[in-house]
Formats: sequence, C-alpha cells, structure tokens
Amino acid sequence: MSGTPIKDYLRESRLVNARMTGVIAVIAVLVLVLVVRLAYLQIIDHRHYMTLSNENSINPVPIAPVRGLIFDRNGVVLAENYPVLTLEIVPDQVKNMKVLLSQLGKIVTLNRQDLRNFYRELREKPHFDSLVLRNNLTEEEADRFAVQRYRLTGAELHARLERYYPQGGLAVSALGYVGRISENDTKEINDANYRGIEYIGKLGVEASYEDVLRGRSGIKKVEVNAEGRAIRTLDRIPPVAGDNLYLNLDARVQAAAEQALGNHRGTVVAIDPRNGGVLAFVSTPTYNPNEFVDGISTKNYRALMDNPDRPLLNRALDGRYAPGSTIKPFLALGALEDGMNPDQTYFCPGWYHLPGSSHIFHCWRWREGGHGTVDLRHAIMESCDVYFYNLAVHLGISRIDDILDKFGFGAKTGIDIPGEISGLVPSPAWKAAHGLPWYPGETVIMGVGQGAMLVTPLELANATALLADHGVGFDPQVVRAIENPTTRVMTYLKPSPGRTVGVHNQNDLATIVQDMRDVVRSPKGTGYLMGLHAPYKIAGKSGTAQVKDMPSNMAYNVKKIARDLRDNAVFIAFAPVADPRIAVAVIVEHGGFGGEVAGPVARKVMDAYLLPENPPPAGSTASSVRAPVQHAH
Amino acid sequence: MNIWQRWHLDRPLFLALLLLSVVGMFVLYSASGENSMLMVRHVVRLMLGFVVLVSIAQVRPETLRRWSPHIFAFGLMLLVAVLAVGSVRLGARRWLNFGLFRFQPAEIMKLGMPMMLAWFFARGSLPPRTRYVALGGLISLVPILLIAKQPDLGTAALILGSVLTILFLAGMSWRSILMVLLLAGLATPLLWAHMHQYQKQRIRTLLDPSSDPLGAGYHTIQSMIAVGSGGFFGKGWLKSSQAHLNFLPESSTDFIFAVFAEEFGFLGILMLLGLYLFVLGRGLLIAFYAQDTYTRLLAGGLALTFFMYFFVNIGMVSGILPVVGVPLPLISYGGTATVTLMAAFGMLMSIHTHRKIIAD
Repeated sequence: MSGTPIKDYLRESRLVNARMTGVIAVIAVLVLVLVVRLAYLQIIDHRHYMTLSNENSINPVPIAPVRGLIFDRNGVVLAENYPVLTLEIVPDQVKNMKVLLSQLGKIVTLNRQDLRNFYRELREKPHFDSLVLRNNLTEEEADRFAVQRYRLTGAELHARLERYYPQGGLAVSALGYVGRISENDTKEINDANYRGIEYIGKLGVEASYEDVLRGRSGIKKVEVNAEGRAIRTLDRIPPVAGDNLYLNLDARVQAAAEQALGNHRGTVVAIDPRNGGVLAFVSTPTYNPNEFVDGISTKNYRALMDNPDRPLLNRALDGRYAPGSTIKPFLALGALEDGMNPDQTYFCPGWYHLPGSSHIFHCWRWREGGHGTVDLRHAIMESCDVYFYNLAVHLGISRIDDILDKFGFGAKTGIDIPGEISGLVPSPAWKAAHGLPWYPGETVIMGVGQGAMLVTPLELANATALLADHGVGFDPQVVRAIENPTTRVMTYLKPSPGRTVGVHNQNDLATIVQDMRDVVRSPKGTGYLMGLHAPYKIAGKSGTAQVKDMPSNMAYNVKKIARDLRDNAVFIAFAPVADPRIAVAVIVEHGGFGGEVAGPVARKVMDAYLLPENPPPAGSTASSVRAPVQHAH
Repeated sequence: MNIWQRWHLDRPLFLALLLLSVVGMFVLYSASGENSMLMVRHVVRLMLGFVVLVSIAQVRPETLRRWSPHIFAFGLMLLVAVLAVGSVRLGARRWLNFGLFRFQPAEIMKLGMPMMLAWFFARGSLPPRTRYVALGGLISLVPILLIAKQPDLGTAALILGSVLTILFLAGMSWRSILMVLLLAGLATPLLWAHMHQYQKQRIRTLLDPSSDPLGAGYHTIQSMIAVGSGGFFGKGWLKSSQAHLNFLPESSTDFIFAVFAEEFGFLGILMLLGLYLFVLGRGLLIAFYAQDTYTRLLAGGLALTFFMYFFVNIGMVSGILPVVGVPLPLISYGGTATVTLMAAFGMLMSIHTHRKIIAD
C-alpha cells in the first residue's frame, strides 16, 4: 500500500492516536511537576509564606516624586507644587461606610460634590485603594480629625503636593495644566511609571514634557497592622524628582501681550527668529488652570463652555483666521524672485475686475478713489489691494500656492506642544477633491489673503520669523532648557532647524523688508501709528480680514457695525530690522483695522521684550524668581 | 433528538466550561477588589464567548476544513496590516483599531494556525514526508515571527507550541524531531542575543527572583507569597490579603491564579486542575473519536493548546516558568482571548456532533 496516493485511513488514525497517547504521558508528568511544586509552596513552605503575608506585613508604599517646576526664561515661576492635606478612605478597612461618613461629616465639611466624587471612585476603583474624600483640609479640620482618629478606622490624612500655577491664567495656552489621571489616561500610560502618582499633564508643555517633568517614584516599606495602618517605616528608596523646565517664554512679554489685548478676543505669538524660541504665546480670554488640577466643578466648567468668547479655545495653536493683507509681503517676495521689477506700476482706481467679467473687486480705499499709480513700495506701504489683485493674476494660483507652501502656510510648524492644527492654503486640487471647480476670482482674492485661505497665528508668526531671519527657519520651541533639580545642571535644547526658504537673491528680501519698514515709518504707511517714537527700527505689515461678506457698496463704519461683524485686525512685525530678535503675529478678533488695533498690540509686545527698563510683572517677587544656572556643555 | 444534539453541543464539555466560567466570575470578583463595572464587562464578554461557541458548533467540520487556508491567509493579512498601521499600546504594536473596538489579529492565528496545519497535513497521507514537514514548519514560521516582532513573545511561543504539537501528532519522524531539538539547542544563544532587555530580565529572575525584588522579580515573589500563604484550605473567598492590600500586581489578569490559590488553597487548586484536566480529556477524547485526519489533527491540536494555556499560566504564577503574558483560560479578565478560546471549543463540539452514525 505504501507509496500509493490512496489514503490508508486506519493507519493514519492509529498513528495520530498513538502520538496522542505519547503526549498524554508527557502531560501527566508536567501536571505532576506542577502539583508537586504547588504542594511544596502551599504545604511544606506554607509557614514561611504565611509569615511573609501575615497581617503585620511589610507593605511597599510608593512615594510620589516631586514634579519638575516650570520657569520662564528669566526664572519667574510659572508652575510649582504646594503641600495640601487630603482626607482619604480605604473602603476595605471600613466596617460601615455610612456611619463613617456621617462621623467624618461632623469633623470636616463635606459638600455634595465631594460625596459625589467619592461615590464615583467607590464604584470604579478597587476597594483596597486609598480614595480621596476631601481635598485641601484646613489645619483646624486636620487637628479635629487627629483627635478622633482612633475611632475612624479606614480614614487617614495624607499630605500631598499639588500643582499650582502662581501666575493664574498667564501663558496657560503654552503651559497647559495637569489634572487627575483619568480612566482614559490609564489606557495610554505604563502603570509602572505612575506608582503613587495622581496627576498627569493634560495640555501644553505639561503634557508634551510629561516624561521629563514627572520624575521617578520611590518605595517606602512600611510595617502595617491588622487595620492596614502604617506602624513604622523600615526601608526607603527615595523618589527622584522630575526635571525643571526653563521656557523661552518671557513672562513680561506674555503679560504685556495679554494686557494689550484687553477685553478683546485675540491672539499673539512672538518668536525669536534666530532660534525659533517662542517668547509669547497668547490666547485671550485666558482661564485659570488651577481650577482644573483637582477636577473643575461642573458649574464652572459649564460657565467656561457657555462663554461666547470661548476661553478654552487655544487661539494661538488652534485658531484659523484669514491672513488678510499680511500675506502681501510673502507674495511680493515670490514675485521678485520670479524676476518682477519692483518699479513696475499698476493703476488703482479703487476697483479691479477680471477681463471679460463684470464682477468688481474693491480696494479698501475705493471711496477716496483708490491709490492711483502705485509701485511695489507703495503697494505694501499703503496696502493697495488692486496692485495685489494684479500681482495674484500675474503669478497664477499654482505659483501662489508654491510661495505660500515655502513659508510654511497650511502646514503644522512642529511646535513642542500637542494639539497643533494647520491652516489652509486653497488650491484647485483641494477644491477638486471637494468636487468643486476653481474660479479665476478665487485667484484674485488670494492676493489679499481672503477667500478660503486660513492661517494659524503660529504659522503666521513662524513665517514672519522666516522673513526676519533671511529665510532660515526653526521649529518653534516653547521649552529652552531642562534643569536637573539636584545637580542644577542645565541642558539647553538645541534649536531644531525647520523650514528654510531658499532666497536666491538677498536683495529681493532686502527690498521687501525695506517696504515693510516703510509701512511703519512713513506717515502714509498703514502701520505708522504703531511705529511712532520707537527707539528701535520695526518692519511690519497690517491686515484687515473680512469675517463676514458685506454688501460692497456699504460704508464701512467701525462704530456702527455690531462687534461680531467687524473685521479681524491682523498685524505682523519684527524688530530690530538690522538684527531681528523678535517676530510677532497679532490677531484681534473683530478689532477693525489692523494697523490701528493690532499694530499697537505688536508694538507693546516688542517694547516689553526689547526695552530693558520694563519692570517685571506683578507677582514675581524676588523670592519666586530664580536665576537660571548656566552650564557650558 | 434532545436539545444538545439539536444544537450540536457536547453536554459534558459544555457544562464543564459553564462551571469554569462561574468559578472564574467568583475569583475575578474578589481579585478585582469587588469592582462591579469590571465584572459587567467580563460577563458581557463571556456571554459573547458562549454565543460564538454555539454558532461555530453549528458549522460542519467539512466547512471548517474548506475555510482553513482562507482563515489562515486572512489572519496573515491582518498581521501584516498591524505591522503597517497597528496602534501602539505600552510599547507593543499589537492592535488594529476599528474605531468601535480594538482587536489583536494574533488571536485569529491562535485558531488559524492549527486549522491550516491540519488542513495541510490531511491533504496528503500520513506520516508526511520530511519535506512536507519542513514546508509546514516554514509556513507557520511567518506568522510566528510577525507576532514575535510586535513584540508579543507569549502569544508567539504559544502558537509555536501548537505548531510543534500538530507536527508531532501528524507523525513527524523521530529523526526530524531530533534535528529540530538540535537546531533549537544551537539557536538558543542566538535567540538570547536578540531578546529585549526586559525579556532577558524575566528569565534571569526566574532563576533568582531575589536578584531584583522590587523590579522584575516583584511579580514572582508576590505571587509565590500569595500561593504559599494560601495553605491547604485557603484563606476563604474575598480574603486574599495579597491582592486586596495591593501587593499582587495584575491580580485580575495574568496573576489571577495566585488570588485563587490564596483564597481556596491546595484543595481548591486540585479541584480547579481537575476541572481543567476534565476539559482537556474531553477534547482529546473528541480527537480520538474523530472520523477523519483533518478533524483528528485539529481537535488534538486545539485540546493540547488549551493545556499549554493553563499550564504556562499556573507554571508562571508558581514560579517555575518565566513571566509571559498568558491569561488563565476562562478566569482571567481579558477580552478577545476568552472569545477565541470559546471559538476553539465550538470547533471541538462541531467535530464531535457532526459524526456520521455509520462509522462506529
């Protein structure tokens, strides 16, 4: 039979069954080994293990490390830790929870929210965990508890360090905040790194530098009695504190920007063009991060969510705005690179229309009859729209997209805080993907930064920094240095080279910078107001971006139009012109004219950074200011 | 025709699985610190598991046989997809994210691999020629390497185990077996060199747990204390101080056996082992009674894989095997593994209840 393709069923089944019998013998041996091993552990060595696990046993208790502090570039404390007393309960040790809670209620104040949170944790967490009942006990309450403690089995006082942001809402859009580790967080993190730790960075620097700030937990071996109370500490592996962070951010500049924006919704991003350091990162209105640390109350949270000004929106990172005329210098530089003559003129009668089309595109000065004959210098200085309508048509949409791409518009900048979104540079391909055709009129309005185009304030500031630094860019960095808290050794983060614009002829760039200088210097310039009496040289460009389509023949009177319909005021600037140290982008929502409203904000920001006699902001007294220790490496 | 026959279920096996699940619920309730939310999720998954079991039991073995290569190919495809677009959790790329649920394609391979090999060897005659054995081994090496790369060494090792089992059952010659053993011996140092640091550490701590009592050895030491302190009669249900005072890590998942051993003692362990061995025995019996080579190999392979599961888990908890992430079948908290296991038992029932009467 062997060798024939016909299957010999009986032989096959005998073979497999014989092999199975063999396996069963092996299994028998393995099970025997297992049983012997378990008998050894549970019967012969039982006493030994019983002692180890005895009621008076040694409990390894994790010790939370101290989270790293966060300072601004001058050593002003932005995030610190302060000790609080919490009242906690281990449900497994409680005989009657209702009785215990009513007893505790007589000693300390327990409001509805406390109880609700506690009952939720009671449902969700293991009953051998220590659950927080009340935070922030007063000393009086702690004393009362200490006296009665002997009859309150299961309840315990704990001292913990809690995150505190001494400057309140200042720079919250860059700093972020920590909060209690949520069930969602636990899915993402490695428990081993969070022994005894209750807080995790949720947003901003606190989130992106979580691993640096957190530190390493220690372990305390304590002898516990039958009720699980610690009797004495036997051994201790100390925790390792997290590293401190020094930001590029300057609290003075940040505060100046927030003040300058006043009650407006708006945003300011200031960048050091030489290394991408983020000097100010503002979104107004701000909110108080301290409320989030231990869980914000439902009422306060709803108030923030229902606020029409949307304070929780990080406008600097996630706001998308039409750039308006601030786009003009970038397009002009592109056109110069293509060989356009800056002396070439266009005539601005106050309006423009495409050949063969009756649609009228207005210049913002159409009521006064337009700008007349303008060259590039005047077109930028006086922000002539008709010049740039012509320029846009001359360049064509694909070249425009090219130029804007080069400056990083429509792409994330790679800033070192999470959640960044990108703006939008519309293109025929993008519209085709939505099943729509590209209209020639859309190319026209791209010339003045209107239409579908959107930028984030961060992108706009980053592109301005690129102009300021001769086309050499860096990824924006909020954090400047990491400090080891024990050795106090500072490790400065290297500027991370980012997008670089190949400027073929630095003369072209110089022309644009000169024109932007005139925006601020010339009495006819749209930014003249913001540049008055500046002790250093500023280059800038204003923008006034429509948020609402208006009938084009309607007179634009800022005072008469409802605030939500007013234009966004935009301004970009850098200074000092010869060797720029700061590049700023400002957007004031519904502010009106860019040069009049956003320009002065940019000026105040630059003054705060460049003028040495500026006093430090209130609240940063000498005790909370630490000079960074320099370390060469 | 009674209800068991009508639904193609094997009564002894079904009742044993039900009993195991109930025991598991009690143990998990204690091990999780009386966490009712977790219990609800666990019970939902168990029920889903039983639904899968009953559904697969209705499928005829002939159909299973025809599906085998397709299921294998599908599983292989998903494994490649994981490598490309899988989501990373705790440093391992094991999951495919479908929005609503996450899913580990390695689970499909736990079934797909035995099915494929049974199909492959049942096509020719047994014992297979050496080159067929080699070919079968090569086919199975691809998914195993993919899983090991994720890295999920525990699952990879278990699937490798099931492959070797089926090769052995299929009648691989003793000479080839010797060759494989020799090759494995030679490859060990190479494997050691390629292991991750934490994997090496786990094997080192197996040899001497006290070398790193608060780090890698912590799991083993604490679980041995739990098992040992249970004694002959155990401390009683809900009385596991090791788990409740938070000494024992992973007490609801991979180390749940330690909680069981602490609360129910040696006596409880003997009963639990008895229950597991009964399920194993029933599975092997089904293999013995199977009517063709495909079903015989598949049933034998699945039953023996089940043995490897509880043996490896209990061995790890009692400190004779290294710490690998293998759950205790039907007792540990853990989603897809339970469902996969139930699917395997569904196949066993299908094989047993679709036999033709004339055969005996």
